[in-house]
Amino acid sequence: MSSLGFECVNVLYGSREAVYALDEQVRPGEWLCLIGPNGAGKSSVLRAVAGLVEYRGIITVDGAPIEMRSPRRRAQMVAYVPQSPLMPDDMTGAEYVLLGRNPYVGYFGSETKHDRALVVDVLDRLDLGEFGNRRLGTLSGGERQRLVIARAIAQEAPILLLDEPTSALDIGHQQQALELVDRLRREHGLTVVSAMHDLTLAGLYADRLSLLHQGHVVATGSAAHVLRADILSEFYGVSVSVHEQDDGTVVVVPKRARA
Amino acid sequence: MFARRRVSMWWIAGAVVLLVAAVVLGAMIGPAGTISSANWDIIWNIRLPRVVLAGVVGSMLSLSGASYQGVFRNPLVDPYLLGAAAGAGLGATLVFAYGRTATSGWPVDPLPLAAFVGALAAVLVTYVVGASFGGSGLSLVLAGVAVAALGTAVQQYLLLRNSDVIKEVYSWISGRVSTATWDDVKLVTPYVLVSAAVLLVHRRQLDVLRVGDEEAMTLGSEVRRIRLVVVIAATLGTAAVVSVSGLIGFVGIMVPHLVRLVVGSSYRVVLPLSILVGASFLILADIPGRMIEHGGETPIGVVTALVGAPMFIFVLRSRRVPA
Repeated sequence: MSSLGFECVNVLYGSREAVYALDEQVRPGEWLCLIGPNGAGKSSVLRAVAGLVEYRGIITVDGAPIEMRSPRRRAQMVAYVPQSPLMPDDMTGAEYVLLGRNPYVGYFGSETKHDRALVVDVLDRLDLGEFGNRRLGTLSGGERQRLVIARAIAQEAPILLLDEPTSALDIGHQQQALELVDRLRREHGLTVVSAMHDLTLAGLYADRLSLLHQGHVVATGSAAHVLRADILSEFYGVSVSVHEQDDGTVVVVPKRARA
Repeated sequence: MFARRRVSMWWIAGAVVLLVAAVVLGAMIGPAGTISSANWDIIWNIRLPRVVLAGVVGSMLSLSGASYQGVFRNPLVDPYLLGAAAGAGLGATLVFAYGRTATSGWPVDPLPLAAFVGALAAVLVTYVVGASFGGSGLSLVLAGVAVAALGTAVQQYLLLRNSDVIKEVYSWISGRVSTATWDDVKLVTPYVLVSAAVLLVHRRQLDVLRVGDEEAMTLGSEVRRIRLVVVIAATLGTAAVVSVSGLIGFVGIMVPHLVRLVVGSSYRVVLPLSILVGASFLILADIPGRMIEHGGETPIGVVTALVGAPMFIFVLRSRRVPA
């Protein structure tokens, strides 16, 4: 299990700052969910960890700054599931998941028997065995999303970043994908950081929520602590009712402007 | 689960057979008739060099095309994308227009040299300009379009000023292997071997790039460096073959596309198969050119397009194109 730390991290797009002075410690095995309105900087935080945007400050994995690492080494520590992955239509499921082994294959090398066996194993454990020989173009959105997660698992990185993992899925497949992530993080001791729009789902699966607004973390803590009607109204500009059920689940329901 | 690997070995074996057949056919057919003991000299010194050169050129153009298509993630890209054709054309035009008398005393023919240097220089300019826009695939392609337009414009101006060499220049641009000698083969082979080795080494990396620059980076690939190395290798090989064969078009797009239609888009199979099919295609395309008119042969670049384009359309119509 690995921890992920942010020390005064600023994410820059040219001169525009998307994330301001982020200080955050994600404990080993914790699931942190970033929430916040569009443009709040959720994706930017994930992209900084994945090495896709420049940032100032320090991001650490197990206390060591990640920018010291080569791209290959970084990919062995951090797996990133993008919001809309590019999935070549005529690649098979197994070939796609095998890409997750790229950080372990040398520049001039090719995948070993171990890599292929591991891919078969990952597909079996995720109940995706039947998609190994299918072309990606023939699969549904939910099936493709599970294959992207399978690719990230094949990467064997202790930290898993998920950018809007469920935004393109129906409610059944949303639950299926998040249950899968939850199961995998318990089995593998993964540290998960996700960005999500659905507040109820975010509160249901994450250990902790951080609410971002214009690049600042304005609230952090448990679902009951962050998902409050007054906080959401202030930062999302919405009118919602929040219900806490007997099992502790926090349900956020939008209210119509006029009843 | 990874059964496609075994299937593709059969396709590669089949392509080797096709290549052998093409070589035999290319050696046997010509204006002087088929093989007999009397014209062994013709076969060894006239037909075989052009068969081998056509094979080398066809394989290099196809391999470069497939590699360019990989690093730019665009199946419509050809090896001339970044200005190699315009640069080579401009270099050759300069020699035809001004260099013929000035260089008559040179020990080496300046024409291939000028084409080679022109192609490399144009791609270098494209790369420098494209890198200043950020160096993404798109910025390189756009820079290539601009450099090609500039090179072509200068070339056309030179041609108008020197209209006496228009026919020679167009004959060179249309491509030919008919005057090939073993010396031509020796000249290009080292470049082609180095280029092909470098490109083949990157076939797995090209598969990783299929998921896009960003995802490839998060999978640990150094995308910029891979793109730079592949472009350098493909350009070097293309410039070398263009310098002796002129601008043979369409092969670099068509062959990788046909290969993809048959075996799918994995570059691990597309690259080696493009080498074999590209060589066979150009050797076969060189044959009708010898037969159509005696004396003045039809340029092979014309034949590749005349034969290749309808065939290409037919194949596209009969099969769905993979993305």
